[in-house]
Amino acid sequence: MSDYFMMEGYGLYIWSSYAITAVAMVFLLVTSLRGLGQSRIELDQLETLLKSRRPRRSKSRDARP
Amino acid sequence: MHRFAKPSVFLKLADTLMPWMIAITVITGGTGLYLGLFWSPADYQQGDTVRIMYIHVPTAWMGLFCYVGMAICGAMSLIWKHPLADIAARATAPVGAMFTALCLITGSLWGEPMWGTWWVWDARLTSMLILLFLYLGYMALVNAFDDPERGSKAGSALALVGVVNVPIVKFSVDWWNTLHQPASVARMDGPSIDPSMLWPLMLMAVAFTGYYFIILAIRVRSELNERRIRALQLSGLFEQGDGTTSGSALYDQGHNAGAGK
Amino acid sequence: MNAFMAILRRDMRLALRQGADSVMVVAFFIVTTTLFPFGVGPEANILARIASGVIWVSALLAAMLSLERVFQTDYEDGTLELLTLSPVPLELVVLGKVATHWLTTGLPLIVAAPLMAVMLNMSTDGFGVLIVAMLIGTPTLSLIGAIGAALILGARRGGVLVSLLVLPLYIPVLIFGAGAVEAALLGMPVQAHLQIMGAILLLSLALAPFAAAHAVRQAVE
Repeated sequence: MSDYFMMEGYGLYIWSSYAITAVAMVFLLVTSLRGLGQSRIELDQLETLLKSRRPRRSKSRDARP
Repeated sequence: MHRFAKPSVFLKLADTLMPWMIAITVITGGTGLYLGLFWSPADYQQGDTVRIMYIHVPTAWMGLFCYVGMAICGAMSLIWKHPLADIAARATAPVGAMFTALCLITGSLWGEPMWGTWWVWDARLTSMLILLFLYLGYMALVNAFDDPERGSKAGSALALVGVVNVPIVKFSVDWWNTLHQPASVARMDGPSIDPSMLWPLMLMAVAFTGYYFIILAIRVRSELNERRIRALQLSGLFEQGDGTTSGSALYDQGHNAGAGK
Repeated sequence: MNAFMAILRRDMRLALRQGADSVMVVAFFIVTTTLFPFGVGPEANILARIASGVIWVSALLAAMLSLERVFQTDYEDGTLELLTLSPVPLELVVLGKVATHWLTTGLPLIVAAPLMAVMLNMSTDGFGVLIVAMLIGTPTLSLIGAIGAALILGARRGGVLVSLLVLPLYIPVLIFGAGAVEAALLGMPVQAHLQIMGAILLLSLALAPFAAAHAVRQAVE
């Protein structure tokens, strides 16, 4: 098994290129999701704020973006 | 086409497709990794380092694919003035830049054991590097304005200018390289590719494409949220209208305002 | 054509009244070129080998440095907005500003280039081609640069940004400009290089005014 991970001595090159790719892709995914979460929270806050500031006929307002 | 460009319609579509995209990405990515790392044989010339190809080549494809996508979005924004096109271009840039950078990094990691050097000024490498610069320029431009919509529009114009220029740059780099060091660099297009290598390559390419669309959906959605936040802030500031506009109507309102119609 | 000349005359008068701009561009060009011998050592044949590349790179940087002023002052004082509203096609206005940029930047650089070529020990065989190549190449730099200058109007840190946008697009001019001089030094035909540079110039002449005008319209909207 350790032979396999050595990859004829090229293991370091191969595994690091796979690892870097994985890390970069996960990082972009996480930052994108975090940005989405942030914008949702901000939007919800703003919507409740606006609702409380001027009460109106409660019409269906889809809070979910 | 116009129907899908309406933000609320796009969001509904993205919601429906999201599970499928995730499934496709995970399945093809998993299979591709398995085939690439375990099933496919080592190359008779390059040994096990050929396994780097299964990420190197698809990332190169994605880097180009994302740039073409950005340019198409730029054209759509120029011709039909869809704000969604600007947003999509803006959401594409980080993915494209990441894939281009990964292509260069993995290529470097492949080049060290094979060519004995991390970097050569080969035409292909150089044009990928310039592509990365174009992405970075686009991203810097888009984020340099206080008004994000102005940034997106400027970015779309830049993406279009870039797409006229990319073939010229590519051509001149090829020319420059052949002038300076004619065919001294080992080329990667060796023997025609075996199915045992083609399968993992294709599966990884599909997985990366799926990943791109997932990120695109996420980033477009958060950008739309942010536009809605701005719209709400404005409507809150000026206390306009009866305030009963529904969420999706607000999206489309922003859409129409952006379209200038 | 009258409108074009009017814009050219106005911008030239403004540029010459401020005066220092062209001088600064040339000074920057000379100082940058002077840095290279310090960096790579004073050996005459090494300098002769890299002279054409050094001159072109320095010219690129100098041309880029002055891009910001193509539209910036007119944008800030509102002149640009009036120009977009005027019946004169904006593309023509852009072309006038490009011409001004070239006359105040490209032309002084062409005059200064042979001087630096002498100091870098370049063989005299390359001088003629260097000047011809710069005559074809520097207008292209002004044209492409105008697009970048228009895109960054109203942006934060526009000066740094414009270099990031424009320099990758300058690469073909650099390759063929330096290539032409190098070919001349090696006694090879230079026609192909100059023809391609001419083609790039014509292409940017046809497209850049429209792209830059589009960007200006976005900026003043």
